[in-house]
Amino acid sequence: MNKSTAAYIVSLVFLGGAVLLGVLVGTVSISPEVLWNRGSDQSAANILWNIRMPRVVLAGLVGASLAIAGAAFQGLLKNPLADPYTLGVSSGASVGAVMTLFFSISAPFLGIFTLPVMSMVGALATMLAVMGFAKLVDRSMKMETVILTGIIFSSFLGSVISLMIALTGEELRQIIGWLLGSVSMRGWPYVQMALPFFLVGSFVLWLNRRELNAMLFGEERARHLGVDVKKRKMMILIGGSVLTGAAVSVSGTIGFVGLVVPHMVRLLWGADHRHVLPLSFINGAALLILCDLVARTIISPTELPIGVITSFIGAPVFAFIFFRQRKGGV
Amino acid sequence: MLRITGLTGGYGEKKIVSDISFHVEKGSMLGILGPNGSGKSTLMKLISGVLPAKSGKVEIDGQPISGFSAKELARKMAVLPQLHAHAFEHTVRETVSLGRYPHQSGWFASWSEADEAAVVEAMGLMNIQQYENTLIDRMSGGEQQRVFVAQALAQDASILLLDEPTNHLDINHQKELLDTIKKQAIEKELTVVSIFHDINLASMYCDGLLLLDGGQIKRMGEPHEVVREQDIEAVYKTRVSNHPHPELPKPQITLLPGITRPAAQALITAADFAVSADHVLYQSPIPLKTVSSAVINAGAGWYRTFMNRHVDNTYECDDSTQEMAKFIEQEGFKPTDTVGMMTAVRTEDAIVKEYQGPFGSVVIAVTAGVGNAVDVSKALDREVKVGTINTWIFINGDLSDEAFIQAMITATEAKSKALHHEAVMDPLTNTIATGTSTDSCLVAATQQGEHLPYAGPVTELGKLIGAGVFECTVEAIRLYREAKKL
Repeated sequence: MNKSTAAYIVSLVFLGGAVLLGVLVGTVSISPEVLWNRGSDQSAANILWNIRMPRVVLAGLVGASLAIAGAAFQGLLKNPLADPYTLGVSSGASVGAVMTLFFSISAPFLGIFTLPVMSMVGALATMLAVMGFAKLVDRSMKMETVILTGIIFSSFLGSVISLMIALTGEELRQIIGWLLGSVSMRGWPYVQMALPFFLVGSFVLWLNRRELNAMLFGEERARHLGVDVKKRKMMILIGGSVLTGAAVSVSGTIGFVGLVVPHMVRLLWGADHRHVLPLSFINGAALLILCDLVARTIISPTELPIGVITSFIGAPVFAFIFFRQRKGGV
Repeated sequence: MLRITGLTGGYGEKKIVSDISFHVEKGSMLGILGPNGSGKSTLMKLISGVLPAKSGKVEIDGQPISGFSAKELARKMAVLPQLHAHAFEHTVRETVSLGRYPHQSGWFASWSEADEAAVVEAMGLMNIQQYENTLIDRMSGGEQQRVFVAQALAQDASILLLDEPTNHLDINHQKELLDTIKKQAIEKELTVVSIFHDINLASMYCDGLLLLDGGQIKRMGEPHEVVREQDIEAVYKTRVSNHPHPELPKPQITLLPGITRPAAQALITAADFAVSADHVLYQSPIPLKTVSSAVINAGAGWYRTFMNRHVDNTYECDDSTQEMAKFIEQEGFKPTDTVGMMTAVRTEDAIVKEYQGPFGSVVIAVTAGVGNAVDVSKALDREVKVGTINTWIFINGDLSDEAFIQAMITATEAKSKALHHEAVMDPLTNTIATGTSTDSCLVAATQQGEHLPYAGPVTELGKLIGAGVFECTVEAIRLYREAKKL
């Protein structure tokens, strides 16, 4: 059995375990039997299938999307610290989402997809702005420049959101809880709303797995190898923004998942994007399911926002990668 | 075939290279030379299409590259830019495999047998298969460079563009890499265009060279047309000297440093020659430029110690060079800094004389034995014995290459005349001898003082050498004959 097969088996077992824990553990413990035998405990089955399962699936999809988007952004920018959160793309998506709620925008032909689409537009616009500004500051787009630009945009967009919340007063208080990141009480409609975007976005990124490998050696080198850099770059930016937008629209800003997961995947199984992308997807899903489990059980019955847990893990990892990059000498 | 016509381009409004035209035949190798900032890398970017040209065109087999998609172009032309750092860790195999990118198409493009074969072959050619699973970050700069060359070779393109491929490599790896590329050019008709910093390497490996200066072609053609002192000096603003490659018909250049520690003033005098029964020895305070037919360090070079060693009549040695080197070491001299000759003649009978001329002085030292005297015009089918007239000419002056050779000719003529004068006969043919069967000659000069471009008999130097060698040889022969009578 070769290394990559082993990686997929380990990851899938991890995901399977996370899903099981996610649906069975909680304020009410549920026997695994309920999974295949609804009749054994009707109320437990209701909790499992109508409350916990959609929550776990949503957490999984959000985690998977953020992780694969992070992996793609890191590859594209050759920047190990890039992820939707550190680049400010999540904030952009939030602005898009909050604006939709604030102005009660509802595009007629988009229907229930208005919210995720607006988030994606916000994400893509922010991504392009961050990259444009970073390039203006420093043509070589050094790691620190890009991250600093992301922080600038994040802060600015954060204040825009705060302003909108202040202006609305009581009505959008729910937004604050949502902004901190949470996958609770969303239910199946949210899964349905975001699922197509998760799938399309991930597929678009997966199509560019070999191009990402080439672009790690620089855009010029990628061109020499036959990559249509302009087109591929746009595909990756759109794919990543679609994923981030969709994730933010259903769960708010959850930081660092896109940073931690690809980093762990590379550390364990190498930097080949043909495997980094799918493995980040699987492990991102598993990680966020577990984070959500922790968020809702650690100080039960109170629920912590999931973003608190991911940041709690993610920020030190961010610090560690930064330290290693600077000391490791690149 | 790669054809470039009127190629002009640069960054922004600025033109870095202008109006470049050339073509490279299939299977041949073109080297691009030029000082820093002459536009070499820009030209490479214009050819590879990374930088759009302002005017002019690049054609591969008659088709302009603007008509190709990125993948189509990558199947025809592989490019190896200078090494760049990168952020993530890849294994050697993953890196080389990327070279197959242009050959894979479709969403689920799978790894074909041809892909695998090309990657394995490329790794084999660059001799990196044993590092297959090593992370390139952990490799030295030179090894990384070989990985990237393998990546370019795996692309299986008919044209290869290289930007200083030997950067970071030691001389062995430089040779290995260029040998491999040259082999591909010869065996697989790979067309190669490469930027070189090292003019000598470029001259050795390339079929054609192009010398860029200020973004324009200064010279183009075969290496002997481009690697010329005048052009290289003008373009690189550096003093250089041309010399031939010892094995190949390719010109090489040597740098002439702008600054060196000033050499001590040196004057060669006859009084400094130590004559004993063991040897005639001269030690110069400075290295002398020397041309000789000695046993040790024959040919041209710079040496400080000069030894004409007495060996017994019965001296017989399989490897006299090695034995002589050992002897020099035993005497406390460095074999790498010593020109050594041998003679069976009594070295205490050596004639050492100094001659003054208007330019300076010449010291001539001769040991002569005529037991094996030969009439060179009838020297066919003769058993070779050790017979010797060793002639040393030391000149206080600055000689040109021509002067060294003419000094040898003049000295040889004077020696023959001396033999004639002394009526030395070739005992076999009973005609006047012209020398002995194993004569040696040495010309050494301080390369200080007056510049002496010629040394034929028409020059002051030639006159001194002619008269001096004649006089010394005559005296040496007389001494030898007297010694034999005793």
